[in-house]
Amino acid sequence: MNSSNSEKASLPQRNEFWKLVFPWVLTALFLLFLPVIFASNSALTIMNQMAITIIFALAYNMLLGQGGMLSFGHAVYMGVGGFMCVHVMNYVEINSAPLSLPFLPIFGGLFGLGLATLVGTFSTRSAGTVFAMISLGVGELIAACSLIIVAFFGGEEGVSADRTYMRPFFEIEFFTQIEVYYLTSVWLLISALLMYLFSRTPIGRMANAVRDNPERAEFLGYSARWVRYYSFCASGFFCGIAGALFAINFEILTEENLNLATSGSILLVTFLGGVGVFFGPIIGAVLFTLLQTVLGLYTELWQLYLGALFLATVMFFPQGFAGVLVSHAPAARNGRLGSLFIPYVKMAAPSAVCLWSVAGLAELLFHARHAALGEEEMVYFGINMLSTSVIPWTVFGGLAVISFGICRTVAPSVLEAWDKAITPKGMAQ
Amino acid sequence: MQRFTKIVAAGIVTTSMSVMAGFADTVRIAFVDPLSGPFATTGTNGLAEYEFAAEELVNKKGGVLGGKQFEIVAFDNKMSGKESLIQVQVAIDQGIKFIAQGNSSGIAHAITDAVNKHNRRNPDNRVLFLNYSAVDPALTNEKCNFWHFRFDANADIKMDALTDVMAQNSDLKKVYLIGQDYSFGKAVADAAVRDLTAKRPDVEIVGNELHPIGKVKDFTPYARKIIASGADAMITGNWGADMVGLGKAVIEAGFTGPIYTYYAASNGITRTFGEAGKGSIYLVAEGLQNPPVSERMSTYVDAFNAKYPDHDISQARITNVVEMLAKAIDEAGSDTDVVAIANALEGMTHDSIWGGKVFMRPQDHQAIQNVHVGVHTDEDMRHPLDNSTFGILGTNTVEMAGAESETTCKMDRP
Amino acid sequence: MELVVINIIDGLVTGLLLFMLSSGLTLIFSMMGVLNFAHASFYMLGAYFAYQISSITGFWMGLLIAPVIVGVGGALVERYGLRRVHQFGHVPELIFTFGLALLIEELVQFFWGKNQMAYESPETLQFAAFAIGGNSVPAYKVFMIFISVGIFLGLLYVLTRTRVGMVIQAALSYPRTVEALGHNVPLVFMGVFGVGTALAGVAGVIAGPVLGTFPGMAVVLGSIVFVTIVIGGLGSLWGALVASLLIGWLTTFAASYNVEFETILKFFGMEKPEIMSESALRDIWTLTLPQIGPILPYILMILILVFRPNGLFGKRDA
Repeated sequence: MNSSNSEKASLPQRNEFWKLVFPWVLTALFLLFLPVIFASNSALTIMNQMAITIIFALAYNMLLGQGGMLSFGHAVYMGVGGFMCVHVMNYVEINSAPLSLPFLPIFGGLFGLGLATLVGTFSTRSAGTVFAMISLGVGELIAACSLIIVAFFGGEEGVSADRTYMRPFFEIEFFTQIEVYYLTSVWLLISALLMYLFSRTPIGRMANAVRDNPERAEFLGYSARWVRYYSFCASGFFCGIAGALFAINFEILTEENLNLATSGSILLVTFLGGVGVFFGPIIGAVLFTLLQTVLGLYTELWQLYLGALFLATVMFFPQGFAGVLVSHAPAARNGRLGSLFIPYVKMAAPSAVCLWSVAGLAELLFHARHAALGEEEMVYFGINMLSTSVIPWTVFGGLAVISFGICRTVAPSVLEAWDKAITPKGMAQ
Repeated sequence: MQRFTKIVAAGIVTTSMSVMAGFADTVRIAFVDPLSGPFATTGTNGLAEYEFAAEELVNKKGGVLGGKQFEIVAFDNKMSGKESLIQVQVAIDQGIKFIAQGNSSGIAHAITDAVNKHNRRNPDNRVLFLNYSAVDPALTNEKCNFWHFRFDANADIKMDALTDVMAQNSDLKKVYLIGQDYSFGKAVADAAVRDLTAKRPDVEIVGNELHPIGKVKDFTPYARKIIASGADAMITGNWGADMVGLGKAVIEAGFTGPIYTYYAASNGITRTFGEAGKGSIYLVAEGLQNPPVSERMSTYVDAFNAKYPDHDISQARITNVVEMLAKAIDEAGSDTDVVAIANALEGMTHDSIWGGKVFMRPQDHQAIQNVHVGVHTDEDMRHPLDNSTFGILGTNTVEMAGAESETTCKMDRP
Repeated sequence: MELVVINIIDGLVTGLLLFMLSSGLTLIFSMMGVLNFAHASFYMLGAYFAYQISSITGFWMGLLIAPVIVGVGGALVERYGLRRVHQFGHVPELIFTFGLALLIEELVQFFWGKNQMAYESPETLQFAAFAIGGNSVPAYKVFMIFISVGIFLGLLYVLTRTRVGMVIQAALSYPRTVEALGHNVPLVFMGVFGVGTALAGVAGVIAGPVLGTFPGMAVVLGSIVFVTIVIGGLGSLWGALVASLLIGWLTTFAASYNVEFETILKFFGMEKPEIMSESALRDIWTLTLPQIGPILPYILMILILVFRPNGLFGKRDA
């Protein structure tokens, strides 16, 4: 009697367990077979860069999304972890110490953790502006130190090391990019999983509570400050891991790894992906790395587009990309996801045309202003055109206006479809 | 149009690369420098110079190896070490054998290190690093390697030439040294102290200091100090906004002596100094344009300015890079065997379009060439800069500067 | 001694310039609770607009018109951007201004390119007003002092003697109450944002010829403005003034005196290592004050936040 009862109870539990494990197994398989499609060294380098950004962004979101703490100097934890790892690599090379490369991220994590435990003692006393400004100050301070304290940071040219001089790991010496890719992927999985589990621990849950209402959390008997401190330290640990992976991939760390621009861009990445959802920063990191590396090859204006995209995200989708995805859950539950398809296409087509032509106008203007004299020809999406002729200007301008007009007329019907889709079946409007 | 080459490049990144790697029958040179962000001016300027030099000096003369054309492929490194390494990797994957970079010695260190590692790990796919502008002496000394060639005179050689000129000025009593707080700024200061004490022991160095790079909003306090020290000349290796800020503040505060610099021309700097800097800003460089050394040179500069009115030939040695590489490829009889090409470049003597000869010293791969000192003025200006009436007029020339300079380079040869 | 006097004057110029930026920022913060990261970008826009206008009509028209354009632009940003984001909370608001700063920098490069602009001070002021010990003070700097003091007095008058000023002052301390009293707070917000950005614009117009007009000018000044208002105490105009002058003098004097760390370390009884290149602390031993001058404000800010989170004069919790 008893035993059959417990079996019945464990069935949904096992279901629940698989629901948790399944996405991770899928991700692992995905990472395993990704190099089959993208086999070149540069593609691997970009994917490694993506993985590093993902870990960094997830660690950053432990503060921003889960803890509500806005840091403007978070690059230093990743940077210092990376710098220490480069020194560890050099130490191993000189003293032939028994350490092989796959274990290096543990050191990076510990150094990141060490710095965070130090800084956290005074920076996490309060959240909000005080925390933000202290993080800015500390970030600026360490970035400035990196140019002054040459013995450790190597000044402007940074410090470099050679990963292949570490002890071979089962005869793997990490000469090739693919070996490094698998090392990075394993660490990506481990850290993402750990961070996910952290968000489900009582501390992780309390971080949410402290974010939303610190006073209430205090009344429940939790010290808001210590909850913030623990989140901060944990975040520092994973930033350090990201730094170590950076050191392994690029074998060099410079001031750039510490400065405010890097700290700022991780804020953008995380926000773009969506701070409210665990996997948000992953989307942000993938998107951002692609934009940075690939869009940069297409156009000199990539930063302009990135800035515009970012501003548009804040204004219209403050929940980020992941937030937009998650907001479809009610519609999916109602089984009405399909009903949104046609309205979305109706909206997407003119919006795409609108964006395309506005970007075309920007490129035309930029070309007309900055290209070499006599060089009138430019290429936009494989179309040759003359930036001095009136035709492309009128075409782009006309298209932009018309498609914008269509967008505006279509918008109400899309909103209506959306309202319908998220309303549970059987409920009256 | 470079944008088209970029689109090709991007297609290669996103899709599989190996398929497209061997398609080109051109000799491609990857230009890895900042094309966006705050340092993009020097990058886009350099790119224009490369494209023009490749077109005029190689392609219009029939290319190399009996018809192969030079093609410059632009990669934006965003002035970031990390991005540079990614872009170099992309370039190598595309089958490009020559990496050209120049802006920032820090990035040059990263690239020379990465190229060295790459060539050691991939002996069947080696590449060369053509450093056309990064002047940190370490690159051809303790950090030298076989794959790195420097076409600019390094900071020590330039300082040697500069102090030769300063030593002739008998009015000189007190000199103030100021620079940016990083490897290059320190190298300039060290060289200045060493050379001045050797050549003019009677000259007093009244100040020797470094300021944070790119962080000083207002140079007035520094200017006050310089004037209060009673210096009658100053030396600085500053570049970019730090150069303009320092120069303007010093002149505004009433400093009248000569200001000896490395990078106080073009990219808006010449125009900004304008009348205020006339006769007081001196600059050490190779490849001076005024007075013109030959009709050929003048025609080349005029043609460049006609095509790129917003740019200047601010890095004259780029023509040497292109011409010497073309020669070396012809000599080696191959555009893929980089060891043979490197061997051909080693010890090569080349007649530069800017007059004089360029000798690629085999011990350390440092180009030895004439180095000039010029003054910022609008008199006798055949080739002004920045669309202004001002430019740099040569005052002194040091023939084959630094030919005897020592090097600590110990090169591992393949 | 002469150097001290001249440094006091220079520090005053820097400090007052900083005040023009920080006064607007602190007003905006205390009213709307948003740290405007794009504030220095409006300063940059002021300089660029003034450069463009002055190349047609001369400097003085630029001084009049450019700040107005910047202010109107700021008000529009508030009306159509910030107000929309406001409903999502403070973090998105802050991130909005952060993105705006990036976008403005890109737009400036898009239109004016990346070079330094040849934006000059007016010819009528291109002479040395006086000289102390061979160090001349340009007339333009004297003019800068006068115009910033003038603006400060004007601001003080508006805030303390006019009805609008009273509403703003009340809103500084009790924004909710003011709204409850029936004042059109959104309109006041828009006005304050416009005026604050216009002040930044003025600062850009008059600083452009001295500090240079280039795309990086906002970044160089951006975070230091925050530091100023945090040190002074968020929302306090007097605090902003004191902190601005403090930072102005601090950075000026730090850049002027080559105090070596060697003397300080020896004072604490430390032994100078014999072989410098072997020592891990070699960079500390050779450090001089000007090298760390620009980061002194950040150290000061961290200390203040740790020991006095409200800043020097702030009443409200940061």
